[in-house]
Amino acid sequence: MTVLYIALMIVGCVGLGWVFRFTGQRISDNAPYFRDMGLGSAFGFALGMVVLLWVVVTYYRGITAEGQDANKYFFFLVAVHGLIAFSVLAYFFRVLGTLIGSEGSKKVFRNMPLTASFGIVIILAYAFVSLFAGQISVTTIVIVGVIGLIIAEIVRAGGDGDAAKGIGAAFGIAIVIMIVMFFVGPLAPYGQEEVLAKANVVPGGNPAMGGDPEFPLGTDQIGRDILSRLIYGAQNTVGIAFATTVLSFLIGGSLGLLAATLGGWLDQVVSRAVDVLMAIPALIFALLLMTIASAWAGSEKWLLTVFMVIIIAVIDSTRVFRLSRAVGLNIVVMDYIEAAKLRGEGLSYLIFREILPNATAPLLAEFGLRFCFVFLTIASLSFLGVGIQPPLADWGTMVKDLAQFINFAAFAPQVASAPLLAAGAIALLTVAVNFVVDWMLHKSSGLKE
Amino acid sequence: MSSVSRIILQRLGLGILTLFIVSIVIFIAVNLLPGDFAQLVLGQGATPEAVEAIRKDLGLDQGLIPRYFQWLGGVLVGDLGNSFANANFASFVGTNANVTAPTVAEQIAPRFEATLFLAGVTAAIAVPLSLTLGILAALYRNSIFDRVTNVFTLSSISSPEFFLAYILILFLAVMNPLLPSLSNIHDGLPFGERLTRTLLPALTLTLAVTAQMMRMTRAAIINLLASPYIEMARLKGLSPLRVIVTHALPNALAPIITVIALNLAYLITGVVVVEVVFVYPGIGQLFVDSVKIRDIPLVQACCLIFAAAYILLNLTADVLSILSNPRLRHPK
Repeated sequence: MTVLYIALMIVGCVGLGWVFRFTGQRISDNAPYFRDMGLGSAFGFALGMVVLLWVVVTYYRGITAEGQDANKYFFFLVAVHGLIAFSVLAYFFRVLGTLIGSEGSKKVFRNMPLTASFGIVIILAYAFVSLFAGQISVTTIVIVGVIGLIIAEIVRAGGDGDAAKGIGAAFGIAIVIMIVMFFVGPLAPYGQEEVLAKANVVPGGNPAMGGDPEFPLGTDQIGRDILSRLIYGAQNTVGIAFATTVLSFLIGGSLGLLAATLGGWLDQVVSRAVDVLMAIPALIFALLLMTIASAWAGSEKWLLTVFMVIIIAVIDSTRVFRLSRAVGLNIVVMDYIEAAKLRGEGLSYLIFREILPNATAPLLAEFGLRFCFVFLTIASLSFLGVGIQPPLADWGTMVKDLAQFINFAAFAPQVASAPLLAAGAIALLTVAVNFVVDWMLHKSSGLKE
Repeated sequence: MSSVSRIILQRLGLGILTLFIVSIVIFIAVNLLPGDFAQLVLGQGATPEAVEAIRKDLGLDQGLIPRYFQWLGGVLVGDLGNSFANANFASFVGTNANVTAPTVAEQIAPRFEATLFLAGVTAAIAVPLSLTLGILAALYRNSIFDRVTNVFTLSSISSPEFFLAYILILFLAVMNPLLPSLSNIHDGLPFGERLTRTLLPALTLTLAVTAQMMRMTRAAIINLLASPYIEMARLKGLSPLRVIVTHALPNALAPIITVIALNLAYLITGVVVVEVVFVYPGIGQLFVDSVKIRDIPLVQACCLIFAAAYILLNLTADVLSILSNPRLRHPK
């Protein structure tokens, strides 16, 4: 029955496409665009129109539906609104980028696809939320300021005055934002471990439905505010994933560049070890090692999180090693490396001043991809119950804990939204990073056709 | 011996060597666990004699190296040992000694078959779908269709599997009850029913793997479009579809086959999360359960099977890409 329906739909679309092409040819007086259009493209246009029509009709029925009927359209409306809101946000961010900034940055923004601008704006939003989830302390502001001063001074001493100015300005803006946020207070209304008096409050904030305006997303089984935990989840999940990726790049990147520069037995030993480690599927190996780590950590939950960071960093550094070694090998054979060697430069000079600057672009793109991978691995481990441990709020764990509420979606869609929000928060960030990386790779590869 | 069979034999040997080393790594890793199963199962108040008896029975009192070779020898003849958790400890207290516990191999066999079924259903949907989409995207490159598929595939490849799974459950099982949200699979289920219950996890996995295969197909075909013989085919006046399907696709097969094999490897190993979401009785779920109760023989066996499947499929990808290169098949 369904097959017949689909077949009818396809035939109908082909007919519609033919009509569309025919009218196009008549109206435009046989313009080349319509004259040379294949039936396949015409079918595509027709299908697109049908889908668009379906979306518009469903949307209209959704906003006019009443009572129990409206529940059916709840998630559809959320999806449409979300899509429109994100598109508008990305569009205005791109417009903003073309107006503010230096000539170079303006040009980058002018040629940016909407997906990349969406990605950048989402990444910035996540960074903001994860930094200011809790109350920011004065020491943090001072530390950031000192680090900024040191970096700017080092760059200035290196003889690059403009870059130093840029870095100084960036840190200055960061400190202004931090001071503002210091007085605004934490973004999360409650603490992540705070157990409140009311448990199982329904999301939506409507008292008639069992909600509470004080907890817009409700509370979980033991009475912790879900909104606060989502916000703290940004800090914990993203922060831990970021730290893991940095660690994995420190291990993999330095070993890879060393292997490429020195070659010989070091290269052989590390490469073979990496081959073996990469022959075991990453998630399976991580699960195996987490079993052992959980036995070692015992009841010390924070220790288990530390073990997880190390385990995933080591597993992931094998991939980083592969790439940085390959990139390094391509650079090592260059003439300027030969010249530097003949000048008698040491190993650290070769790696930090000659190889690393030339390997930055591919490593940066890889950093984005590795971050996504690490982030998803940590979320999956938490989802399986062996990742980030309570009481730390974490999105993967939240999905696992709240998942059964999805079954109530048909008659109380707000209830089902909590686990979907946590899972969606994970998906949104990885999608955003992937969009940006895709754009960077496309830009650097110069593939046109 | 021709050069191609020599290369293939080399790869096979390398694969077996890797598997051997991987088995050592797994064995050592598992034996890093502090305390052993005997203490775990008997708890705090265990008498030394009881602990000793269980140790002796499970062979835990021997050294690491003899145990490894015992285990390896067993694995080679298909004997994966006895599951600790299901072991019959009644025999230690002297009652009911005749009941036999299921061996690891007996526990794993039906689970593995279920996982293969899931992977097979997924591959049957995902491979044709991604090839078609890839060819269409290459045909209508840089059009709206291409961009929309690009955005969709990029989004689905970067979402966590449980997000995709719950979205599918939400729309296909809860809001519109078309498919069951739990894959309650058991023996003796008719094929149609079994397929229906497997469909939702299979669709989730399809979403997860289609993107990469489709993007690779598209990229491999587009890479070739600048070649002179494609130009020639175009100048002959062939339709764009024919140029791509009969002229570009056969030459793009090597990277496509490689990426398909890699994704099949992912299907067998990446099912853990999906199986847990849908409570699908596959090997991934068995693995997670045995990880949680630290059932060492089961964890070892599952790990080894996953690694073997992974290595085997990577090897297949390697060999197929060698075979699809005519320059290697017909040496001068």
